[in-house]
Amino acid sequence: MLHNCKDREELVRFLKGKAIDVRKKIIQLVVTAGGGHVGGGLSMTEILLVMYYHILNIDPKNPKKADRDRFILSKGHGGVGICPVLSEVGYFDDSMMCDFNQYLSPFGMHPDMNKVPGIDMSTGSLGHGLSIGVGLSIGARLQKQTWRSFVLLGDGECNEGSVWEAAMSAKHFGLGNLTAIVDRNKLMIDGPVSEIMEIEPFEDKWKAFGWQTKVIDGHDVNALLDVFENLPAIDSKVPLVVICNTVKGRGISFMENVTKWHYGGLDEATEKQALGDLEKMRNT
Amino acid sequence: MAGGLSYTIDDLNDLTQAQIYGKVLNELGRKRPEIVCLTADLAKSTKVGDFFAEFPERSFNFGIAEQNMMTAAAGMALTGLKPYVSTFGAFAAMRACEQVRTDLCYPKLNVKIVGTHAGLSMGNGGTTHHATEDLGILRTFANMTIVVPADGFETAKAIEASADYDGPMYIRVGRGFEPFVYESIDYDYKIGKAVRMREGKDLTIIACGVCVLAAIEAAEELEAEDGVSAGVINMHTIKPLDKEAILEAAGTKCIVTAEEHNILGGLGGAVAEVIAEAGLGIKFKRLGVPDVFSVIGYPEDLYAHYKIDMAGIYDGVRELLGMEKIERDDH
Repeated sequence: MLHNCKDREELVRFLKGKAIDVRKKIIQLVVTAGGGHVGGGLSMTEILLVMYYHILNIDPKNPKKADRDRFILSKGHGGVGICPVLSEVGYFDDSMMCDFNQYLSPFGMHPDMNKVPGIDMSTGSLGHGLSIGVGLSIGARLQKQTWRSFVLLGDGECNEGSVWEAAMSAKHFGLGNLTAIVDRNKLMIDGPVSEIMEIEPFEDKWKAFGWQTKVIDGHDVNALLDVFENLPAIDSKVPLVVICNTVKGRGISFMENVTKWHYGGLDEATEKQALGDLEKMRNT
Repeated sequence: MAGGLSYTIDDLNDLTQAQIYGKVLNELGRKRPEIVCLTADLAKSTKVGDFFAEFPERSFNFGIAEQNMMTAAAGMALTGLKPYVSTFGAFAAMRACEQVRTDLCYPKLNVKIVGTHAGLSMGNGGTTHHATEDLGILRTFANMTIVVPADGFETAKAIEASADYDGPMYIRVGRGFEPFVYESIDYDYKIGKAVRMREGKDLTIIACGVCVLAAIEAAEELEAEDGVSAGVINMHTIKPLDKEAILEAAGTKCIVTAEEHNILGGLGGAVAEVIAEAGLGIKFKRLGVPDVFSVIGYPEDLYAHYKIDMAGIYDGVRELLGMEKIERDDH
């Protein structure tokens, strides 16, 4: 873990504070970048913070550490959401992102594993990450390694058939060292997931594929800690999916649950309002 | 021979190309614990069943789900394993096309794809199972290496060489039953380095895969019947392409390419690019599937139909040289 909190209460307070700091960075990064996948970046902030600060066995000073836990951002358009977390935990300095999305920048909307420290796999095209997790988990088992693989998917992404090919195989190969996390923010580019291509009954689908399931509030740091501090044994044969109900655009009054903020840019006034909204969160 | 293979024609005579691949892979598997084998319900068909039998813990059948298999291979490569993915060429290059591009080539991962039953070798399997676009598709993927062995011996050499070759690779083999070009594995093989099979001063035939033997036979026929001196190059690596060998061949002022592939995008297209960029206005002809979806038939019938068998290449050369057309009943 990458924090010094003494107990759960302190840890929750710490992570909640970080969630505001990171969301502010996301907003500023979107301004720097001239636009970004801001809605889905804001919906997964608590998930990422719990993972990177507390759950993952990682060393930001040694990003390729052999026995590290792997984290795959299958919703690869979350570049603008994950990079501020990676800088926050120390993989690189904030200043490295000053040209985010710009000509020749190592940082773009979809992270490249060969350019961004801390990224375990290049992603962007949806429906690939869970298969990467399957391969990683098989590789770990075969080489008698006890590190885990975590894959964060979007809910709209679960329209992709390859997600379910991967789900089927994870159970078939008994990959309890694999955990899928779904950022269930219920919106995709063209509208609500339920209208564009319904995925419900979502939990039942995973159950039918033989997975263990948990459904939690993805913004509730305590709930996230409860689940990820109590993962199945590393030699478990049953993979786990954690469906995290979230709010797209979380924390920004004019973005929450608004489809068009899947991707957007901010002018001076909207930036100021967004940062003000986040500061208000600090007092709740 | 880096891996110390010891096969002779006696060992290989009764094996198809794909079976030889299976045999060589087992040998590599014994020396290299990092080699794993993946297939999608084609362990038997692609002749990796022996690997599955000898190394069950390192063998993974993904069922009929090529996309997941290809990306899972990338995941395994990330952990230091060396996956060999074995499926039909058509499915490797097309069903799992984006997975090959984005998950293997983009991060440059060490995954070897063995595309079997490629070209027209699936015969009466028809267009759905023919792979006459795979070279053209995969050639446009940066970081990709593409090899097309001419026979079983060369398949053995390619598989052996692949084990120490960094990055993603597509090894294109037939269904089997292809006749041998070489008599042993006793020749220099280097990925990216074409092999001169026959000298010739009037023209050069550049071929790959099953067309290499047909080209050699056609060259012999041209010499015997017409007094035409035709050289033959085995361009077993489509990417990276041996440009020097092509420019040297261009010295004959006449080049014919022959491949079991659409004439667009594959060997012929690649050779044409080199000739055009070098500013060489030489006589040039591509033999292959003429941008149509293939008909069905036994592979030998299809090679004749698309004029990439001995007679077809012979006729194609004569046509390019402005010689009189020979009427044939069997085309």
